[in-house]
Amino acid sequence: MPAPSEFRSEVEKLRPYLVRYATLQLRDAEAVQDAVQETLLAALAGEANFAGRSQLRTWLTGILKHKIVDAIRRQSREAAISGDAEGDASEFDQLFEANGHWVEHPAAWTDPDAALGQQQFFAVLQACLNKLPKKTAQVFMMREHLGSETGEICKNLAITPTHCGVLMYRARMALQQCLDKNWFGK
Amino acid sequence: MNITCKEASRLVSEGLDKQLPRDAQLRLHAHLAICRGCKSLSDRLAFLRNAVRRIVDRGDSG
Repeated sequence: MPAPSEFRSEVEKLRPYLVRYATLQLRDAEAVQDAVQETLLAALAGEANFAGRSQLRTWLTGILKHKIVDAIRRQSREAAISGDAEGDASEFDQLFEANGHWVEHPAAWTDPDAALGQQQFFAVLQACLNKLPKKTAQVFMMREHLGSETGEICKNLAITPTHCGVLMYRARMALQQCLDKNWFGK
Repeated sequence: MNITCKEASRLVSEGLDKQLPRDAQLRLHAHLAICRGCKSLSDRLAFLRNAVRRIVDRGDSG
């Protein structure tokens, strides 16, 4: 185990990573700073619990996830029930004919995995994520990035499972369209 | 009983979040086997999941 000051500086070095991670889940810069700060404090206070068996980054990310969920839960409590226009999947109805068939079939993307090696691709993906409505993005990122179960997410955001499913559908449809348009071409 | 592409697209998304009921799963599989558009969508969404999981690791090297 590293000396205390060394541990502190190792932890501090990971701050930018943690900020990036938290920013994906919490758009509010202040909430991001708070969550990261709380994580770093908890880490320094709990150094003894860091057995050195897992990677420091993995351990910190684990703590951060809890802080993020706390922040999201707090936010949704505070955000009273503001008329939520994000619960409707019908905007994607225009992708389909009245009989339920595609107006235009999605085509297969060519060698999508090659994109995973490109920095630029992730910039596009990030831009697509930024275009999603806030709650839609939140549900999607909690599910796909934090890896939470949908039941858990609905509970934390105080929304119904049906609504949750609609938001996931909206997020995925919008993102695949956005990537198609801006990266994979038509 | 056949499902439409619209229904299939919903089921593809749902299936990424939970285990679909057996009956829905069979219908979806049957649909994906014959519908290239929905199969592409399904592949796109699987890729999307994979990409999002890696997003934060980008930029570590630089």
